[in-house]
Order: sequence, then structure tokens, then C-alpha cells
Amino acid sequence: MLLLEHLWIILALPLAGAAINGLCGKRWPKSAVNSVAIGSVSLAFLAAAETVREFSHLAAAQIPYVKSYFTWIVAGPFKVDFALQVDQLTVVMLLTVSFVGMLIHIYSTGYMAHEGGYYRFFSYLNLFKFFMLTLVLAANLIVMFVGWEGVGLCSYLLIGFWFLKKSAADAGKKAFITTRIGDFGFTVGVLLVFWTFGSVNFGDIFKSVSGMPAESMAQMGILTVICLLLFTGAVGKSAQLPLYVWLPDAMEGPTPVSALIHAATMVTAGVYMVARMHPLFSRAPIAMLVVAIVGALTAFYSATIGLVQTDIKKVLAYSTVSQLGYMFLACGVGAYGAGIFHLMTHAFFKGLLFLAAGSVIHAMGGEQDMRQMGGLRKKIPFTYWTMFIATLAIAGIPGFAGFFSKDQILEAVQSGPHANPLLWLLGVVGAALTSFYMFRLVFLTFFGAPRYDEHKVHVHESPVNMTVPLMILAFLSIFGGWFAAPKLVGGVDHFTKFLDPVFSSYALPGAEVAAEVPAEAAATPATELLHALTGVPVIVGILGLLLAWWFYIKNPETPKRLAQKARGLHALLLNKYYVDEIYAALIVRPLLWLSTNVFWHAVDEGVIDAAVNGTASVARASGGQVRKLQSGNARSYAAWIIIGAVGFTVLLLGLLGVVR
Amino acid sequence: MIPLPAEQLLNLHRVAPEVVLCVFGIVIMVVDPFVQAAGRRALGWLAFIGALTALASVHLAAHFPGRAYSDLVNVDRFSIFVHVVVIGAASLAILGSLDYLEGEGLQRGEYYALVLFATAGMGILAGANELVTAFIGLEMSSISSYVLAGFRRRALPSNEASVKYFLLGSFATAFFLYGIAMVYGATGTTLISGIQTFLVSLPPSQHLPALAILGLGLIFVGLGFKVVVAPFQAYAPDVYEGAPTPVTALLASAPKVATFALMLRVFYVSFGSAQHLWFWVIWISAVLTMFIGNLGALMQTNVKRMLGYSSIAHAGYILVAFAASTDLGIAAALFYLSAYVLMKVGAFLVVTHLGQQGERRLAVADYAGLGMKQPVLAACFSLFLFSLLGLPVTGGFLGKFFAFQSALDAKIVWLVVIAGINSVIGAYYYLRVIIAMYFWEPSQDYTPTPVAPALSAALLVAAAGTLYLGLLPTRVLVLAKAAADSLSLLSLR
Repeated sequence: MLLLEHLWIILALPLAGAAINGLCGKRWPKSAVNSVAIGSVSLAFLAAAETVREFSHLAAAQIPYVKSYFTWIVAGPFKVDFALQVDQLTVVMLLTVSFVGMLIHIYSTGYMAHEGGYYRFFSYLNLFKFFMLTLVLAANLIVMFVGWEGVGLCSYLLIGFWFLKKSAADAGKKAFITTRIGDFGFTVGVLLVFWTFGSVNFGDIFKSVSGMPAESMAQMGILTVICLLLFTGAVGKSAQLPLYVWLPDAMEGPTPVSALIHAATMVTAGVYMVARMHPLFSRAPIAMLVVAIVGALTAFYSATIGLVQTDIKKVLAYSTVSQLGYMFLACGVGAYGAGIFHLMTHAFFKGLLFLAAGSVIHAMGGEQDMRQMGGLRKKIPFTYWTMFIATLAIAGIPGFAGFFSKDQILEAVQSGPHANPLLWLLGVVGAALTSFYMFRLVFLTFFGAPRYDEHKVHVHESPVNMTVPLMILAFLSIFGGWFAAPKLVGGVDHFTKFLDPVFSSYALPGAEVAAEVPAEAAATPATELLHALTGVPVIVGILGLLLAWWFYIKNPETPKRLAQKARGLHALLLNKYYVDEIYAALIVRPLLWLSTNVFWHAVDEGVIDAAVNGTASVARASGGQVRKLQSGNARSYAAWIIIGAVGFTVLLLGLLGVVR
Repeated sequence: MIPLPAEQLLNLHRVAPEVVLCVFGIVIMVVDPFVQAAGRRALGWLAFIGALTALASVHLAAHFPGRAYSDLVNVDRFSIFVHVVVIGAASLAILGSLDYLEGEGLQRGEYYALVLFATAGMGILAGANELVTAFIGLEMSSISSYVLAGFRRRALPSNEASVKYFLLGSFATAFFLYGIAMVYGATGTTLISGIQTFLVSLPPSQHLPALAILGLGLIFVGLGFKVVVAPFQAYAPDVYEGAPTPVTALLASAPKVATFALMLRVFYVSFGSAQHLWFWVIWISAVLTMFIGNLGALMQTNVKRMLGYSSIAHAGYILVAFAASTDLGIAAALFYLSAYVLMKVGAFLVVTHLGQQGERRLAVADYAGLGMKQPVLAACFSLFLFSLLGLPVTGGFLGKFFAFQSALDAKIVWLVVIAGINSVIGAYYYLRVIIAMYFWEPSQDYTPTPVAPALSAALLVAAAGTLYLGLLPTRVLVLAKAAADSLSLLSLR
């Protein structure tokens, strides 16, 4: 029980790596930086694995295993320990994050080999791992929040890594500010949790909430408010409607960062948090419905944008937003296990897609526009095959990881206790679109004739430290979902069964866990299998494949003609529904205008003078600094004081008369 | 030597910090003319030692809690807490001034003496149990500040700052004095506890006297000016921008703390029974302050002015805790103030160093590439900015967290929502500086000068303190809570 006692070691390792590389890496050769970075995350993964091994020996009563290290904050009744915990949900997240993270670290040593600031990159990446693992291992909301904000900070640093690119720095800022809107909701949610339950520890909260009755659809109780606020945080962090706008821009960062942070780990934090707080969500049906609707709409909406994007990473970015939508959809219908399952398989195949895309970009010498690619299949076979596998996985083709998880989600939406035909329809159409845009990506990139200048671009396969992670992830993209396979032949879904203790322990009395929909009595193993293989999700997945093949291989002229015919729609999708422009017009520009014209020019430069004696413009025109000193602002400032004095005394006296 | 009567000795102990500060100030003033220009730096160190001695004497005063000089001065845990924060801020500002004055050719003893006198005035504010005493403290600190703001005599902005500060400050002080007169007229006393006794002892059927409430409104004007809350904030950006930067560091921190302390005493203790009235004044002022501070800062291209606006915004967040009107709220405000002092003084001291001679380099663009040129300094500045922004593991985050928590506890939900919107807006302008430091191409024409030892020591203390409050806040929180308790003990409610 060595490591289970000392969970902090898992956190300390990447933190130490970050510190060492950050402080000394500048003077060290790349090989030394590599050893520190990869060494620390590999050790962290081994520590995580050992922890899980020890965890598996625990008795059910000892789970969740909570370990408190010291009392962090005491403020009257408000007490926060630095406490970590392990339960089955943590195990899944811990292994996924540390393993995929390790692979991406290895890959990065190849991808970033020719970049400046090498040590800085790995220092940030390690720091990110530290915060992400903190988030996952946290035993209370405050520690979780530290991880939550920390990953945001690292994401910001890493998006803006190529700081000489203005667009990169802007994208970093956008990501940070947009997610902060969500984080504010999250903070207030945490405060309300403390206010309601008198504690921020997961164990205490869940214990108190398990005695509470579920709120109804008609009543907007405190649990609903809390859940909606927490979900706001998830919407920001996991890039859901309407706060998703930062994620596509975040693609300005290096590709391994997109793979690690903006596909496999950080963006799934919102899903993890909702699943973690499921005892609250399960009792707040309005919040659940909101989660499901936001998830389904996002899944559909961003899939439509993905249809027409030409930048290979942008397609994947919108795809990530869409897949995260599926995870929330699952949580929203109470199938938390299915959501986490999809989170895990998505980490495999989406991480792989990004890394493979990075390999393509690497091979093309930095080109990201798919219109300038084509015919790469033969030249970079490793990349091609692994990416093809990942595409099969995300499209939900039977046998691949995505098939199992997506199937579970759609099944829960279709026939679970919170089934909803409309949401199911959105999910299914989204699945068809997903398959289409992913195969479009593959066909445009790897098939057809080369559309680049073969004399200028020397396409080359990536080095071995990049291809090996690809192959490992490809393996997982196939087999990572097979935990659920026995169910198809009448057996047990091992993944759901593993997580079951987490999601059933605080369930509402009498309520079924949604993922465990009892099979129809008449179903035999064979019909079950047949049913799954011929189910609607599979059919639409294959349909998407065929359609993409028809459009981009059989008749490559069709897309252009179609785009011409439906010009309006095409432009709408290509410009992402103009949401960025709408936000700029409705929020950003008015704020900046207000700041410039009202608070700067008017208040600051003393236009209020005009209100006092109408001389402001004269004073400024004839004045300059000296004149301003003699007359201008001081008088208008004094006017402010008088206005304030009159206003407040009148208010006070008014209240005195009215209130008493 | 004739031994002092025990009573007098006790009284002296209770005002030991102020006595020490004034003695050191006078000594520096007297010695100044006899010191060679080259040796004036030593006066700065003498002032620093004076401030440290004053800090130590706070410890002495803490051993003799109670009232002094016919109840004019109050020594309780609240005043002790505020004393430490105020004198601490002044010590940091002195450390940060040493090399700045050297570079500007302004190294003179009177500067340090004025800082010490101002600090003594703030000490009186923090401990005052009587409004006229408070007035004297307020004036002591204000008049010293007016001179300090104009200390760069040859620089026009500095002159402008001084004159504006003086004119408007006098104006606001008049309101304060008039308010005291009205309260005296209504209640027959100027003792903070006496006013409370009078108001509480009124029969429940009777209205609170309108004259006293009117007086309270005017007192709020005078104090609101000093803590820089809307709509009395207008002068602040000009003054903060024009004053020599280490003076700005002092002005934006210590007087706010001391005046907030007095405000808490007057509002909670004296006018506790009128809380339902002044609550709305605080509420409105908080909203205005936050919006004006944050929106004003949004488009500034001058870092010093931006930080000036940001300190307006922070006064607004402190008002949120104030509005909660609970023990927890007071404790949150005190905690916030300590974190605020550290991060604000720290930030302004970074600006002090980077401004270079004549304060030429204050634009955001001048910070381009600092992260590569002076990584440690840039990291410190980032820490202060992140703390001002309210990111976890910094004192600024927990300050906001406790402030919002106390307001939610008191069910002031809308104010918290507005504060939240504002803290999101705030992210924009703080980040801009960080982006400039790390993500912009360094300008070629500028070679960084190393940070002088005294300034680096001040920066390190501020940075370590900011982190300490973010990582291990419990000790300070316990002290803040005890201070809040000692205040609410007085407030009979």
C-alpha cells in the first residue's frame, strides 16, 4: 500500500520535471531535457499503474479511498484539506491521462525537435500534467478547482507557445478569457455547494445529498441552481455551446498540445466533473435536461461546421467539440458510465488523429490546408494506416473503439430512463456527419492525385519516436473499447460494471443506472449481436463513409458544384455560422467601445466638464497639459464628488423615510 | 528623570508605533541638512529601520489592548492587524524608493520623513476611536501624500498629480469634517462607540435622527475619496499616474487599508443600527467602482495608469465583502486587503524598475519580450498580475473567494454576479501585459538594467507573501477572523 498512501507522488513527479526543465533546461542539451520530461511522466504513469494495482486489492467498503495530507485553509466553518482520493472513476481518468500523456510527450520529442524554446515547451507540458492529475485525484472541489484553473493556465501558455505569431497569442488570450466566464459560474457553484452542504469534500457532499429528494421538472431548487452553475464551468472548459469558440482557435498551438490538451485530457475535464458530481445532477432533472440538450446540440452543430473546413486541424477541432457533446449527452441522460467510456476511447482515437495530423503536417513541411495535399497514402504509410484506423474508430465502424462507446450513448438516449427521441435524432444525424467529414479528411489527404508541388515539398515519414506512439494509440483505438464487447454476445459490459460502484452508490432510491438497460427478455446472444451490428448508428456511419467516397473519390467535382449551388449554406458553414463575428459585434466591441469612448474619453478626459459649464472642448482645444492642469479635469472631478454626495445622501434619507 | 505616571506610560505603549514613526521622521528631518548628498541614501535605510522598529512596536502595543487617551485611541486585534499591513506596505515602498530616488536625482531625507509621517497618520486612522482623532490621522496621511505625489518637481505630470490631489483631497476632507459635525450635532458625541450607544439606546419606535444619517452620507464621501470608490474615484488615475511610482505604490495600498479600517469602524460599530440604510450606498458604490475600474483599465496602453484603474476595481471587490456586513465579511475584507497590498505594491515596484529614468517606459509595448530578457522579474510581475486577476494559489484568488463567499452567505447574490462579470473583464487587461512580456518580440533598442538589491528584496517579499496567502492562508485568516471578532464585539449587535 505504499503508493496508495502517498498519492502525492503521482503529482510531484511531473511537477518536479517541470521545475527542473524550467530552471535548468535552458542550458541543457535536448537529450537531457528529454530525459527529464519523459522520465518524469513515465514514472508518473508507472506510479499511477502501481496505485491502481494496490487499489484493486481494496475492499469495497474502503472505496473511495481518501487520503488527506494537510489542512490547507481554515476560515471559520470553511475547512479545506489538501486531500486526494481514488475510486473507480479516478482509476479510469488516471490511467487514460497518464498513459496518453506519456505517449504524447514521447511524440513531442520528435515533433518539436526543430523548434526554439524546447525546454520551455516541455516544462509547460509537465506542468500541465501536474495540474491535470491534481484535477483528477482531487477529493474536494477546491483542490479540483486548483487543477481546473491550472490546466487552463497551461493551456493558455501552450496555445501561445509560438508567441511571435500574433494569432497564436490572441488565441491563447481568447481561450483563457472564454473559459473564465465558465469558471466564474463554477466558482459560484462551489460557493453554493459549501453554503448548502457545509463542506466541499465530495464524500460529505454526496452523503448529505443522498438524503435529499430529487427535485422535479417544475421546481427550480438549490440543486438545480448548483448543477447549472457547475455545468457553466464545464461548458467553458469543455468547449460546448455557446462557449466553444476558443477551441478551434486554440489549434494555433503546436499539434501535440492540441492532441494532449484540446482532445485527450483538459477539454474532457468538464465531462469528468459532471460525472463526479452525478449525485447532485441526478437529483436535478432540469439541469440534466439542459446538459443533454447542450450536448446534443453541440454534437450536431459543430459536426456541420466540420463538413466544410479545409484546415486539417480545424476539422479535428470541430470534431472534438462535437464528440465532447456526445459525452455530455450521455451524462445528461444519466448514462455517466457511457460518457466516461466515450471520454476514454475518444482520448485514444482523437489523440491519435491529432498526432497523425501532426505527422502529416510534419511531412508536408508545415502545410495544414487539405486542398494542398492528396495522394499521401503511399508516401507516409504508417501515418496513413494509423489515421485510417482512428477514423474507423470515430466513425463508429463495428469492432473499433468508438463503436462501443458511441453505441452505448445512443442506446441510452434511445431507450434509457431519460430517453428522448429528438436528442437521439440529433445524435444519429451527428454520427452520420462525423463519419462523412472524417472520411472526407482521409480521402482529401491521402487519396487522389497530389495537389502540391512535388518538387518543392519533400514528403517524408516521421521519425520513429513519432510513429511508435501512433501505433500504440492505433492499437488502443481498435481494442480500447472491447471491454464492452462481451455484452454483445450476452456477457457483461466490463467497463460499465467496473464503474458501477461509483455511479450506483448515491443513485436515487429505486432508480436504475441508465447504462444498465436490461436487455429484452427474448433477446438471445445472436440477435443481440445482429441488432447492434445493424443498428442505426452503424448504418449511418457506413452511409457517411460511402457518401464521402462518392463525393471525394468517385466524383471529385461534386463538392464544388454542390457548394456553388447552395452557396449561402456553404458560406454559412465555412464561416462557422458567423458566431465569432456575432460575439464580437454583440459583446466584445461594445465593451471596448464603452471603455474607449465613455470611460476613457468621457470620464477620463473630462467631458463631464461640458455638463458643468460647457467649456470642455474649448479648454482642450486651447489648452494642452498646462491648461488642463489649471482648469479642466479638477473641476469635473469635483463635480463627480458633488454628484456622489448628493446622490448618496438623498438615497440615505429616502431610505430612512421609506424603510422605517 | 521623573517617572511617568503609570497611566501615561500605558497610553504611550498603546500608541508606540505612531510614536516610533514620528520620532524617526523627525530625526531624519533634522539630520537631513547635515548629510552629504552621497550619504542621503543612508537616511532611506534609517527610515526603513524606523518602519521595522514600528512593526516591532506594534507587537509591544498588542500587549496592552484597550483604550488610550480618554478613549480617543483603541488598541484591539483589529487595529493591530491593520497596523501590521499598513506599516508593512510602507516598509516595502521605502525599500522600493531607495534606488528610484537615486536615479531621479531626488534622494532627500524629507521624502522618507514624509513617508513615515504619512504612515503614522494611517496608524492613527486604524486605531482611532473618535472621529476628530481620525480626522487628524486622515489629514496627516493626506498632506504628506500631497507632497509626495509632487515629489518629481520638474515633471509636469507629477505637479499635476500633486495639485489635483491637494485640491480634491481638501474638498473631500471638508465633506468628512462637515459629516462629523452633523453626527456630533445629532448624537452629542464624536466617540465611535458613543455614537453607537446613542443610536442603539433610541426607543425602537423612534426614527434614526436624519441629521446623523446625513452626516454618515458625508463621512462616506470623505472616506470614499480616500479609499477610491466611485463616484469619488475620478482623481485617482491622474494622481497614480503622475506621482513617482514608488509613491504610487504607497498611495494605492496603505491609505486604502487604513481608511477602510476606519470605514469599517464607523459603519459597523457606530452606525451598525443603520445597516439597512447604508447597505445600499455600499452596494451601489461597489457596482459603480467595479465597472468604472475595470472598463477604465480595459483600453489603457500605459501600464501604470492601467494598474491605477485596477486598484479602483479592487476597492470595489472589497466593498462586496463590506456589503456582507458580517464577521465573515470583515474578515474577508481584511484578508483581501493584505493580499491586495502585497500584489499591488509588488506590481507598482516592478513598474518602478522598468520605468527607467524619468519614467519613460510605461507603455504596454515597452514590456515586450521581458519574459526572455529578465525572466525572474517577468515571473514576479506575472505572479502579481495573476493574483490581481484572481487565479488560484495566489492570495488574490482566495481574497476574492472569501469576499464572494461572505457576500453569498449574506444572500447578496446579484452583487456577486456583478463582481464575477467584472473579474472576467479584468482578465483581459492583465493578460495583455503578460502576453506582451512573453509573446511579443523584444524591442532591440532597450537593454535591461539589473534590479537593485533593495528593490529585489522588496519584490521577493511581496511575491513570497502573495504565494503564501494563496497556499497557506490559514494563519492570516485566523488573525483576520480574530480582528473581525474584536470589531463586532464592539458592535453590540
